[in-house]
Amino acid sequence: MSSRLAPSMTADTQFFWDGVKEHKLLIQRCGSCGLLRHPPRPMCPRCNALEWDTVESSGRGTVRSFVMPHHPPLPWFEDPYIVALIELDEGTRLVTNLVGIAPESATIGMPVEVHYEEFDDGLVLPLFAPLRAGDAS
Amino acid sequence: MTARTLKDRAAIAGIGQTEFSKNSGRTELQLACEAVKAALDDAGLAPSDVDGLVTFTMDSSEEMEVARNLGIERVSMFTQVPYGGGAAAGTVMQAAMAVATGVADVVVCYRAFNERSGNRFGNMSGRITTLPLWLSWYAPYGLMTPASWVALHARSYMHTYGVTNADFGRIAVVDRAHAATNPDAWFYGRPITIEEHQSSRWIIEPVLRLLDCCQESDGGVALVVTSVERARDLRQTPAVIAAAAQGATFDSEMMTSYYRDDLTGLPEMGVVGEQLWRTAGIAPSDISTAFLYDHFTPFVLMQLEELGFCGRGEAKDWATVERLSLGGELPINTSGGLLGEAYIHGMNGITEAVRQIRGTSCNQVDTVEHVLVTAGTGVPTSGLILARR
Ligand SMILES: [Zn+2]
Repeated sequence: MSSRLAPSMTADTQFFWDGVKEHKLLIQRCGSCGLLRHPPRPMCPRCNALEWDTVESSGRGTVRSFVMPHHPPLPWFEDPYIVALIELDEGTRLVTNLVGIAPESATIGMPVEVHYEEFDDGLVLPLFAPLRAGDAS
Repeated sequence: MTARTLKDRAAIAGIGQTEFSKNSGRTELQLACEAVKAALDDAGLAPSDVDGLVTFTMDSSEEMEVARNLGIERVSMFTQVPYGGGAAAGTVMQAAMAVATGVADVVVCYRAFNERSGNRFGNMSGRITTLPLWLSWYAPYGLMTPASWVALHARSYMHTYGVTNADFGRIAVVDRAHAATNPDAWFYGRPITIEEHQSSRWIIEPVLRLLDCCQESDGGVALVVTSVERARDLRQTPAVIAAAAQGATFDSEMMTSYYRDDLTGLPEMGVVGEQLWRTAGIAPSDISTAFLYDHFTPFVLMQLEELGFCGRGEAKDWATVERLSLGGELPINTSGGLLGEAYIHGMNGITEAVRQIRGTSCNQVDTVEHVLVTAGTGVPTSGLILARR
């Protein structure tokens, strides 16, 4: 197993990481107007409600942008690795790694799906891989 | 009652700087004090004239530590501007507001750091034990340097408008040509060609090569802001502040604003630009020369669009080396910019703008009337228009 920097959390964001541990990608949803938001925060910017719950994402989305950081080398990564901005089918976005594909084959707009990977000290991160053929529905 | 505008209420009356290096060999506090003293000497003012101090929240030298070193006795205004390099012109806006309202008469703005020999912004992996909350959405995936944050945003711009890394390279070529004739610049005497840019190594593929990224520098810069009337009685030609503005928009983060519908602009700079043009009562075509914050080249193209010098997606064709070089329609970063001169968090762009107004730049533009300066991009930011009147 390998390691990654572990995220910090607050009472506003902990549900996301708890969900990831159970292999669920949770999106914060306003309890009043239903607006989805990420990264999580306490107040809805549309209606200012403080109540919220979560919806479980389908785990599918598309690549909005991606890059290959080469310098400085980081101890947790082998060059090359892909950092991608994913837009989930539900509409929110998150930054993650695109795995299971070579950088030269990745494209903006390609469909992807979540894939949970476990690291040292019980850390689980939601990474994304190309949507497998036949999975599209 | 006076009109509610900052236009022509205050001026930059003095500028000061240390040498720009990779290893200053002294503390950040000493650099700050040296820069402030140099700016006061340049203006012909004494520390006892100063009653206001402004710096960046990121600066390690607090206002009253600087005041204690200079022997400044009575201070009526002291503040710090947040968001990294986005603070640069904001320090002048805060100073101008204080002068315009009578809160202070002489305000010094300063920024000094050992960003190369001390804490390097791109080297977080070595010193982070607990991630800050905002970085927790990026660092676990290896997105943890300013270059990488900017690149993920700029890639979307490239994809949308068909912009290539070679298009960004022209900004580096212009900056380095200007630095080559500025003896204060780190890259004095060392211009580059587009071929050299294109053969420099990838930092963040396929967006940023080494020569797209600004330097890391040690040094300090300071400015003296006072009323236009008082500035006219001092030693130097006043650089009148025709407009000064800060700007931020919904969903702003520090270089990681990835959640807006449109990922091809710099809306914070749009807010700054609208205010600058309205306050100064001029248009982009009235600008004689500009200092466009150039920590990373892609955001220079995006600024040209956001500020209205050209339309959306047009910068890749509009921003030619000829147009942006000395003698062209809009010479930019005539000191060499953050890529060529030094990275003093944008404050060295303001000093160059003042020199252009005075007519003392080593790359002097003919007939300067209005100079535009922008601060850090991809963050809540600021801008200035200085005028010769
Ligand atoms: Zn709501």
